Amino acid sequence: MIIRRPPDIPSSEITPESVYVNRRKFIKAAAAGAAGFALGPSALYGAEQSQEIPPRFARLQSELDEPLNSYGDVTTYNNFYEFGTAKDDPHRNSGDFQPEPWTVSIGGECNKPGEYHLEDLLSGVTLEDRVYRLRCVEAWSMVIPWYGFQLSSLINRVEPTGNARYIRFETVVRPEEMPGQRAPILNWPYVEGLRMDEAMHPLTILATGVYGMDLPNQNGAPLRLVVPWKYGFKGVKSIVRIDFVQDMPLNTWKRQNANEYGFYANVNPNVSHPRWSQARERRLPSLFKNFDTMMFNGYTEQVQSLYAGMDLERWK
Amino acid sequence: MSTKKTVLALKTGLWVAALSPAAWLTRGVVQGELGPNPIETLTRVTGLTALTLLLVTLTVTPFRRATGWNPVIKLRRPLGLFAFFYAVSHFSIWFVFDMVFNLGYMIEDIAERKYITIGMAAFLVLIPLAVTSTRGWIRRLGRKWATLHKGAYLATALAVVHYFWVVKADTRLPLLLGLCLAVLLMIRLPAFAPGRRSSRSVGKGVEDDVDAEGVRVG
Repeated sequence: MIIRRPPDIPSSEITPESVYVNRRKFIKAAAAGAAGFALGPSALYGAEQSQEIPPRFARLQSELDEPLNSYGDVTTYNNFYEFGTAKDDPHRNSGDFQPEPWTVSIGGECNKPGEYHLEDLLSGVTLEDRVYRLRCVEAWSMVIPWYGFQLSSLINRVEPTGNARYIRFETVVRPEEMPGQRAPILNWPYVEGLRMDEAMHPLTILATGVYGMDLPNQNGAPLRLVVPWKYGFKGVKSIVRIDFVQDMPLNTWKRQNANEYGFYANVNPNVSHPRWSQARERRLPSLFKNFDTMMFNGYTEQVQSLYAGMDLERWK
Repeated sequence: MSTKKTVLALKTGLWVAALSPAAWLTRGVVQGELGPNPIETLTRVTGLTALTLLLVTLTVTPFRRATGWNPVIKLRRPLGLFAFFYAVSHFSIWFVFDMVFNLGYMIEDIAERKYITIGMAAFLVLIPLAVTSTRGWIRRLGRKWATLHKGAYLATALAVVHYFWVVKADTRLPLLLGLCLAVLLMIRLPAFAPGRRSSRSVGKGVEDDVDAEGVRVG
């Protein structure tokens, strides 16, 4: 798989300055809040990991107020029911998964539908680090340095028509490689969606990596969605199909239990999940659930205009 | 083997088996092997162990009746107390790490979230059972003791529902445990039926009222 890999130089020198400036802004947005907390490189790796973390992350770490979760945290604690429902199942059970070669079928209301090879999709985009908070609907959270590109650049390339009001994503179905899919735990394939303006927002990315390296299978290799102001389940993994549609897609968790999971799923400390409060979260690896959850996961300034006039208690 | 030796062997096996989840968790915490969110593992394993031990406790009496093998009754009280030990651990972990010692958070959660409400109810039902598990209380309560300790079925049922409600999607295990409870309840249905007392007066079912130390009650 051909993915442009940045050498170990600051990303300001390899991405257009406008993107870089934006990136810095996002990092600041990610970093609002907690006190400074610099960690040495060893803390980044996690106990059992022998991965070579690019040195730029040690530097990045020192700039952040909210420390990055270690590579080990990010890659051993996952919700990816296709590989099992326990948090370490994806890490344990995803060894047989083949993320390459990979094609994405793009269709629906757009002028350039087709089967796109991943290499082809990546050739026209700028890959960069994006540090985002990840807030799971289960009230735990992490800070993750994704590597990827803005979804908007892909959308612009395939030219959605005026009828495209939503974008719908599907995860691959391969029960032979994904043991969780052998039981009807969820209605496979996993489906997620966004309104077009959410999909076009500069914070919304398709990630191909984490810590500057290819996504491990358990994190949704080779291509996954990241929408940092929404609960983590919106981040559909191992995407094989993208459709532009007129009607709001029925996303998997809403289909599973509409009382508990909505389409918008914006992080909102004021609207509790029926079974637990969303006011606080456990910022892993902390033991205590004492981190105050922020409206839109701390990205209010960037995204609140998307929801002007909407009753966020109703549109969960 | 003499009865005494059999009971000793049974109790030793029980202690080893019942403490192994706690030992496994302790080792995991000490060695940092429970992953980035050890509290989730601690909560899940203590809860599941408590529920499993409750079901095993409820199996003792039907097992003895079916097999006529009496020494096994000696396991009923320690099994129930081990279940209570894990329930206390489960509650304490939640109170300390999730509720961060905050009574306001706790009351809000108990009042507003039905799976917490029912889990707390299960815990509250277990407390008097644990307290009255001693020989002294068995003697003091007399006939009422057996009635009170039918509460173990109630606590187990509440715990099954608590577990079923907390699971997000894969409900197979809570359903299986619920099925186990249903089977146990059906086996014991005569024990709950009216008119049982008269049958006991002619000598049937009297083993229900024998406590773990073999003291006859009522």
